[in-house]
Amino acid sequence: MSLFQADEPLLQVHNVTRYYGDRVGCADVSFDLWPGEVLAIVGESGSGKTTLLNCLSTRLAPTAGAIEYRMRDGSMRNLYQLSEAERRLLMRTDWGFVHQNAADGLRMNVSAGANVGERLMAVGDRHYGNIRSTADAWLGRVEIDSDRIDDDPRSFSGGMRQRLQIARNLVTRPRLVFMDEPTGGLDVSVQARLLDLLRRLVADLGLSVVIVTHDLAVARLLSHRIMVMRHGNVIEAGLTDQVLDDPREPYSQLLVSSILQV
Amino acid sequence: MPVRLYLNNVGKSFTMHLQGGSVIPVVDKVEFSVNAGECAVLGGPSGAGKSSILKMIYGNYRCDQGQILVTIGDEIINVAGAEPRRILKLREDTIGYVSQFLRTIPRVSAEDVVAEPLVAQGTSEEEAVEKARSLLTRLNVPERLWTLPPATFSGGEQQRVNIARGFIAHYPILLLDEPTASLDAANRAVVVRLVQEKKEQGVAMVGILHDQDVREEIADRIIDVTGFAAEVAA
Repeated sequence: MSLFQADEPLLQVHNVTRYYGDRVGCADVSFDLWPGEVLAIVGESGSGKTTLLNCLSTRLAPTAGAIEYRMRDGSMRNLYQLSEAERRLLMRTDWGFVHQNAADGLRMNVSAGANVGERLMAVGDRHYGNIRSTADAWLGRVEIDSDRIDDDPRSFSGGMRQRLQIARNLVTRPRLVFMDEPTGGLDVSVQARLLDLLRRLVADLGLSVVIVTHDLAVARLLSHRIMVMRHGNVIEAGLTDQVLDDPREPYSQLLVSSILQV
Repeated sequence: MPVRLYLNNVGKSFTMHLQGGSVIPVVDKVEFSVNAGECAVLGGPSGAGKSSILKMIYGNYRCDQGQILVTIGDEIINVAGAEPRRILKLREDTIGYVSQFLRTIPRVSAEDVVAEPLVAQGTSEEEAVEKARSLLTRLNVPERLWTLPPATFSGGEQQRVNIARGFIAHYPILLLDEPTASLDAANRAVVVRLVQEKKEQGVAMVGILHDQDVREEIADRIIDVTGFAAEVAA
């Protein structure tokens, strides 16, 4: 019932550091993520948000530090000590990754239904009828009409593509989803719809999410907890409304005071 | 009646880094307790730190020093030092906050906004919406608005939606942040009744109420916040 009762974290991040040559991408980042928890990483461009997200999602090996993940069998595993097959299975089933640019997360030349169904096939589903009906149900959940199931995403608007990407990620019932600026580049009414959809899906499915955004309104609406990054370091972290309403660090105060009031 | 909430030596200041790091002291050595079934009202002029105290109890503002102790059964939790997820859990089942400002969420209807805290406590959606409707009725929010998202409602309608949201669920501790400000007399009376019902249920309340009449009707005790004034740094 409650999201806050789990007694073991899903993800444990210990002193993760990533250098690009001599330059710091992110430095000494540690945190725990709990089941059902949404963590927003905020900060300006170049602050290390995406580097950190890529390290967490095993897309970019950290220079130092460790990341442990609780597998479905309950065991805690170091992500960078998994075999390639284990890592791929994790990414295809238990995890999702929502890219800012939907084209990076979709296959643009196959139908919407196939985009969703592909992840099911990857976990061993072979029954065409089941795959199609599950894909159709998921298109419905992200508010895409059934009659678009055979169209390919090139014919979709930006907002629809993003919703399709979300369906593709969630169809395997992942427990952890990474999101990189999921509402970036969309106009505001499309953004509002997507945010509301994400908020509902995250709550209904009890997902854990790490979301990178530079939009503090997005962080406020979706996240329980916030980490503010600057120059590769986490400079402030805490409960979302606490950090936004009572920011302590100079840079956090600058970020919060820079929001345009509507 | 048992003590539900105890503030011990609580202090708070703001450091404004964008203004050359100037420090604005807010309150110092705040100490009071509130019992179950009691409504304590914070008194003092604007700027005395009343809102900051409420926000610290809710975990919305950080507490620089002291303890904010909440009793839950046999357990005592210090809000001032609690992990974020512990605070979120407290907000789900232990501490409620009634304010006049509604943070609207796109596409969520008024009745769902009101029902949400009850659903979060495990009540079925059907039952929660039913209770939401009865509260919206009591607060004179017209029925034609219930299924619409409140973003486009008038200020007064949004305020009443938020009051309904604040009162719908049972919390052992309820914080009232000027719930009656700018309400008309009829709706003010409804809020007074709602507060009295909470008292009967043993809820401990801390409130900010500028309205003299309402204050006299529901306050069991006034806590003068000017007594906790922080010394201005030289």
